[in-house]
Amino acid sequence: MSAPSANKPPSVLIPTQQVWPVPGGVHPPANKRQSLQEPICTPPLPELLIVPLQQHIGNPATPLVKTGDLVAKGQLIAAPDGALSVGVHAPTSGTITALGDYPVPHPSGLSGPCIVLAPDGAERWAERRPVADYGSATPAELLAVIRAAGIAGLGGAGFPSAVKLGTSLPVDTLIINAAECEPYITADDALMRERAGDIVAGLRILAHILGQPAQVVIGIEDDKPEAREALLAASADTTIRLVAFPAKYPSGGEKQLIQRLTGREVPRNGIPAEIGVLCHNVATVYSVARAVLHGEPQISRITTVTGDACGQPRNYEALIGTPIRHLLALSGYAATTNARVLMGGPMMGFALPSLDAPVIKTTNCLLAPTAVELPPLPPAQACIRCGLCAQVCPACLLPQQLLWYSQAGNHARLQAHNLFDCIECGACSYVCPSHIPLVQYYRASKGEIRTQEKERIASDLARQRFAQHQQRLARLQEQREAKRAARRGELAGAADSPSTSTATAPARSAEDLIQAAARRAAQKQASPEQQIAALERRLVAAQHLRDSAQEKWLAGTANHLTTAQLDSLRAALEEAELRLQGARNKLDALRCGDKARSHSQGEEARPSADARDNDEQESP
Amino acid sequence: MLEFISQSPVVAALIALGGMALLFGAVLGFAAVKFKLEGDPLVAQIDALLPQTQCGQCGYPGCKPYAQAISEGDAINKCPPGGQATINALAHLLDVPAPELDAEHGVEKTVKTVAYIREDECIGCTKCIQACPVDAILGAAKLMHTVIADECTGCDLCVEPCPVDCIDMLPVPTPLADWRWPAPPAPQQLWQSGPLIATDRRAGPTSL
Repeated sequence: MSAPSANKPPSVLIPTQQVWPVPGGVHPPANKRQSLQEPICTPPLPELLIVPLQQHIGNPATPLVKTGDLVAKGQLIAAPDGALSVGVHAPTSGTITALGDYPVPHPSGLSGPCIVLAPDGAERWAERRPVADYGSATPAELLAVIRAAGIAGLGGAGFPSAVKLGTSLPVDTLIINAAECEPYITADDALMRERAGDIVAGLRILAHILGQPAQVVIGIEDDKPEAREALLAASADTTIRLVAFPAKYPSGGEKQLIQRLTGREVPRNGIPAEIGVLCHNVATVYSVARAVLHGEPQISRITTVTGDACGQPRNYEALIGTPIRHLLALSGYAATTNARVLMGGPMMGFALPSLDAPVIKTTNCLLAPTAVELPPLPPAQACIRCGLCAQVCPACLLPQQLLWYSQAGNHARLQAHNLFDCIECGACSYVCPSHIPLVQYYRASKGEIRTQEKERIASDLARQRFAQHQQRLARLQEQREAKRAARRGELAGAADSPSTSTATAPARSAEDLIQAAARRAAQKQASPEQQIAALERRLVAAQHLRDSAQEKWLAGTANHLTTAQLDSLRAALEEAELRLQGARNKLDALRCGDKARSHSQGEEARPSADARDNDEQESP
Repeated sequence: MLEFISQSPVVAALIALGGMALLFGAVLGFAAVKFKLEGDPLVAQIDALLPQTQCGQCGYPGCKPYAQAISEGDAINKCPPGGQATINALAHLLDVPAPELDAEHGVEKTVKTVAYIREDECIGCTKCIQACPVDAILGAAKLMHTVIADECTGCDLCVEPCPVDCIDMLPVPTPLADWRWPAPPAPQQLWQSGPLIATDRRAGPTSL
């Protein structure tokens, strides 16, 4: 717990007993040396920068620019959408040439919404607003700066940093993840060697935001002595504790690192803040320092370009949006010897479907191995139940059991065996003597379970809405019935009152009602002239319908349509003719009735007219 | 008391057993009233397995009525939107053999679709609104209608009533966030591809 002081040798400063053991883990060949031969290099500007709108966990950002806009370096070009989102800034000054879907670095090979920027080479900065004295700024103000700078976790997941820092839970330990345990990747190592001062400054800012937590620890693997020395020198006058521990993959996983440094375990489905710990990647801390002290948003990151297919492996400070092809070309990438390019390391990275995809905020490494270096996985064989996978699992799961259940699609058992605690580190696949792609099974099963869960929620919603729909229909029906009943009662009352007041309720039954309805209909009865006019109109319409149906049928026979289509046309024609006939008959009948009525203007004509009227209402 | 039991053990045993029968009967009767389940739990279980598209392809006016019908002995293979997965789940629940999907009621759709109204062609007749079983269409008479895509179950019921044919069933796009890793190829296929020798491995773990 004591603060390290500068005059003691590092071996004394880093007592090994402060490190807790973690289960599992493997020791793959590190292969970090190759890319650390040269210092961090700033690559020349590419012709086009393709900046994806989603480089983080959460909602994609909303574009603020349109094609043809001139933007300055660091200008916000896409605003965060909601709380769990970060903005996107122009990596350099230039012109927006397009907005649309372009290949993004994603294992699916799908395209995503991007903003394409043609650099003008002027590197003209937008107005930068550094915080002069962060010590006097409130945590909320600093969080706003970090949020505005578009900083998402650079360790790999890309979780919005301001959201993580803005936790309401009490935090007593701030851990900086400088483990970088995955083979080949040296981006954080190079950053620590060259820019330790900024990292320590960023660490102080984070400590200030969190209200000076009881301990601030940098966790680093012991295979990075240069980086450790640089950090020690930079943090000499601080209480920051630098803890080195033996290298083991995957001790750089957030949960594993916390356990290694504090002995506390993050609860399942929980976040580190629940046990009073906050963990940030060392590159994220550097970005925070740049944002607060220099007003620079997250527009670049250190990316390792390595692998034997690269003539000169090294670290680049690449602008976000730099096409991967551009960086590979600078490193002397030979496509002939290379089988695939991975984003990320050999354990957790994925093969890039397209080299036109850009560098994004989570691109820590581009690995272009030769076929000898990382041979394609041989075909999987049957599990021999050796149990190696269970020994190396850092989450203490039972990979074999998970494999059986995954192959059987038994989601309930998968969840009972804590599938979602799998960090997909790849240690089990790495040691599997049968080359079973275990992690791929787990990822697929996780995806299936998530999709099913989503579908379940959607179907619950549909069920609820259907029930509400049915209720609404029932309610409407009830209201209609009630209205009808009320009217019936009203009419019955009206019919009864003039005749006799002694009529009881059962007496005014069907006959009364029919009479009342007939009387009402008679009142409503239109004059015979109007009826004839209406029927004539209907006759004309029916004729028209018949003509068009006939035409269609003739055209159909001429065009040799299928029998089914012809049948339907013929049926339509017949129906139209029937309708025409009906209209004619009705008109004739009415005309006769009219003549008859003009002779005897008796009541007897009325019922027949009523009947016709009803008929008229019923026919479509 | 003891004397009575020792004197006439048969009568005592009968009294004791009878008394216990009455006691437990009373407890069970009370529990049956107190913890009475509303509705048929089997119908709810079946309903939970159905896809809730409310499309009526099974011949019933919704998933709940079909669930009711299944509980009364109707066939379980009448749900095309659920497909074989739903049939299997129902068969598992009801402990019956899983039949194939009854083609008479339609075929299983491979892509999930959602209704889309071409809004400039809509004449505002409200017929689709009346047809929608989940009230997922917004609009009013003589005004444009539109589908709330999140609420649409893709049941196709609105397509038929539209007099101007302005409703399309579009496949639901897969956003990047919803993408999931494909399952690795089944191991059987690989075994069939040829004999393998495990020692052919070129690179492997160096140490553990």
